[in-house]
Order: sequence, then C-alpha cells, then structure tokens
Amino acid sequence: MELVAFLETLWLARIPILKGIGVTVSISLLAILVGTVLGIGVGLALTYGKGPVRWLVRGYTDFIRGTPVLVLVLASYYVLGTVGIDLGPFQAGVLALAVFCSSHVGEIVRGALQSIPKGQTEAAKAIGLTFPQTFAYVLGPQALRQVLPAWVNTAAEMVKASTLLSIIGVAELLLRTQELISRTFMSLEFYLFAGFLYFVINYGIERFGKYVERKTSIPS
Amino acid sequence: MGYTLNFSAVWRSFDQLLWGLGLSLGLAFVAIAIGCVIGLVTAFGLLSKQAFLRRLAQVYVTIIRNTPILVLVLFTFFAMPQMGIRLGKIESFVATLSIYSGAYLAEVFRGGLLAVPNGLKEAGLAIGLTQAQIRSSIVIPLMLRNVLPSLSSTMISLFKDTSLAAAIAVPELTFEARKINVESFRVIETWMVTSMLYVATCSVLAALLRRLEKRMSIPR
Repeated sequence: MELVAFLETLWLARIPILKGIGVTVSISLLAILVGTVLGIGVGLALTYGKGPVRWLVRGYTDFIRGTPVLVLVLASYYVLGTVGIDLGPFQAGVLALAVFCSSHVGEIVRGALQSIPKGQTEAAKAIGLTFPQTFAYVLGPQALRQVLPAWVNTAAEMVKASTLLSIIGVAELLLRTQELISRTFMSLEFYLFAGFLYFVINYGIERFGKYVERKTSIPS
Repeated sequence: MGYTLNFSAVWRSFDQLLWGLGLSLGLAFVAIAIGCVIGLVTAFGLLSKQAFLRRLAQVYVTIIRNTPILVLVLFTFFAMPQMGIRLGKIESFVATLSIYSGAYLAEVFRGGLLAVPNGLKEAGLAIGLTQAQIRSSIVIPLMLRNVLPSLSSTMISLFKDTSLAAAIAVPELTFEARKINVESFRVIETWMVTSMLYVATCSVLAALLRRLEKRMSIPR
C-alpha cells in the first residue's frame, strides 16, 4: 500500500507544496518581467549603441553568459549582503535570475534586429521616417516575430533556473519537496512528483511556444 | 562603507579552485562524450521510420528538456538508491549530466541530420555502400561539420551546468568556492575570482571551438 501512503502524505503536505508552486511561479514571473525589460535595453544597446556603451554592454552580457546561473545566484546572495545591500534570499535570487534573463533576451533582441535586411531601414529613410518611427513601424514589428518564440523558450529556462534558489533557502517547490522528503524519507516518490510538476509547467510553456511560433511565422 | 578588497585568502586557496576547475572540466568532458553517443543514437531514433522508436526518443527528449537539471541531479543521487541503484557522487553526477546532455545534443544532431542532402545518401547507395556504411562515412561526418556551431554553444552551456554538482558535494569549482567562502568570509573576492575563472574557461573553450569550426567548415 505504498501508493496509499504516498497519497496520504501528499494530501497532508498539500499546503506547503501549493505554496512552493506559488513561490516558483512568482520567482519566474518576476525574473522574466524584470529580465525582459532590462534585456530589451541590452539588445538595443548591443545593436545601436556607439563605442564605449556597446563595449560595456557586450562585456556585461559576455560575463553573465560565461558564468553558471548557480554562481550568479550564490554571488548575488552573498556578495550583495557583504557590501551592505541587504536583500533577502528571495530578492537576491530574483535579481540573479533577472540579470541572467536580461543577457539572454538581449542576445535574442540583437539577433532579431540584425537579421532584418538593411534595405528595410534604407527604405524607411527614403520615405522620410525618423529613427523612432522606423523602429516603431518597420523594425520593431519584424523583430517581434523572431523574438517571441525564443522569448517563450527563455521563460521555460527561467522556471527551470528557479530551482537553483532552493540552494540559498528560498522556499520554492524544490525546497518544499526536500523538506517533505527529510520528514517522510519518501525521496523517490516526492522527487518524481516534483519533477512531474516542473514537467507539466514547462511542457505547457513549450507547447505555448510552438503555438506562438506558428502564429508569428510569416505565412508563405 | 570602507570595504577593502583582500585577495590573500583566495590566493592561498587558489590551487583548490584550480583543482575544482579541473574536475569541472573533467566532468563536462566525460559527460559530453557519453552524451554525444546517447544524442546520436536518439537523433537517429527521432528520425526513425519505426513509430515506436520515434515515440520513445521523443518521450526521452521531451521529459529531460522540460525537467530542471537540479531535480534530475538530486533524483539520481538521493532517490535512485531507493530503487537499488546506488552510485557515488561523481558517478551519479556524470550519469545525470550525460543523460541530460544526450537530450539536448539529440536535438542538435537531428537538425544536422535533416540538413544532409538526400542526393548524397543516394550517391552512396549508387556506389554500393550498405546503410551502415552510408551512415558512418557519409551522413555522420557531414552532419558533424554542419552542427559544429550549435554543438559548441551546447557544450559551453553543459560545462556551466557542472556547477550544479556542488549541490551533491562534488568538489568542483563552485563547491570549492563555497568552501573558501565559509572558511575565510572573503565573499566578494571569492566570487569575483570564481566567476572570472568560469568566464575565462568559457571564452577559451569558445575560442578553441571557433577555430575548430573554421577548420572543419564545409568549403563553398
């Protein structure tokens, strides 16, 4: 009757698990939101920035992309505390994930903007559009088609990376699961269960990404 | 605020960090090598004519890609013993990372296999090669040359994923960094040096792989 015992424990632990899912979702949403806003800035700076601005931003993205997310999370939690910026594990973790997300979104935005043929910008200039107009009516919409599917993938990446916050003690789904396991010793069952929950969330996002890709692809 | 950087504690333990980095590289190398084999087999599975094999490969890739790697690492190390599979820390992590990288590399290889023109396979048939010979001496070499750019970015991100081995106390770079941190409280210095080591290794790897790409690219 192992299954019955598992289901019973699961029912007793439903509140912490649900809370954990809530924290995982809010970490991911916050990280994606902040990361996307920052990332668009990074992408624009990488594409249109002049000289030092571009080098600086390039250095930033290369540094972030060369460092494992776990190191970013640990560094953000411990280093910021040392220099007197007292963030809780939740804020520090979200900050690390947002920074990580921003470098990815930045690269996606840059790639999309640079893949637009030069003729488009020249045509816009020829009919007398200013740069903001060119961006709003010509480049932006075309870039968006390419950015959206990749951006949805990044969102799934963020949900997966949110598990790393369990290491600095944020009570998200994985840490809640670990607490549960240390109480009940049902490691197999609960790791499988947590894995299943993450799978459901990410699979949902992946399907949504495929849908967005179909919707945004240029009809041929 | 008056914080003066003092790297002496980090320099004193620098050889530990380097050993850790060595172990990280070793883990990544072994896991990617095994992962390449798994990925190649899976990629042929994904493109197989037999529905069952195709389904099997798809299920493997979908499950692994949508589950956070930290959950996989913890599952292999803490939950598998319940099923009677008991592995040491390092073996367990290498097994996890191999299976994880197999799923990502399978997708990379699948794209490459699709890009090999049919005419070449037909030419192979025409000169009397068997299916196995066509695969080993026409399809796979061409595919490998085609996928090198995406292969190298996957490899670099897999190298960064070795940092998760710290979660099960494998003494690789991140683990060593945390240890020095706890021993010396030189938080900022340790994380600065550690992330620089990661960034430097990633850029060296990227540069080496780029040279390989140049040498191996198909001349047009």
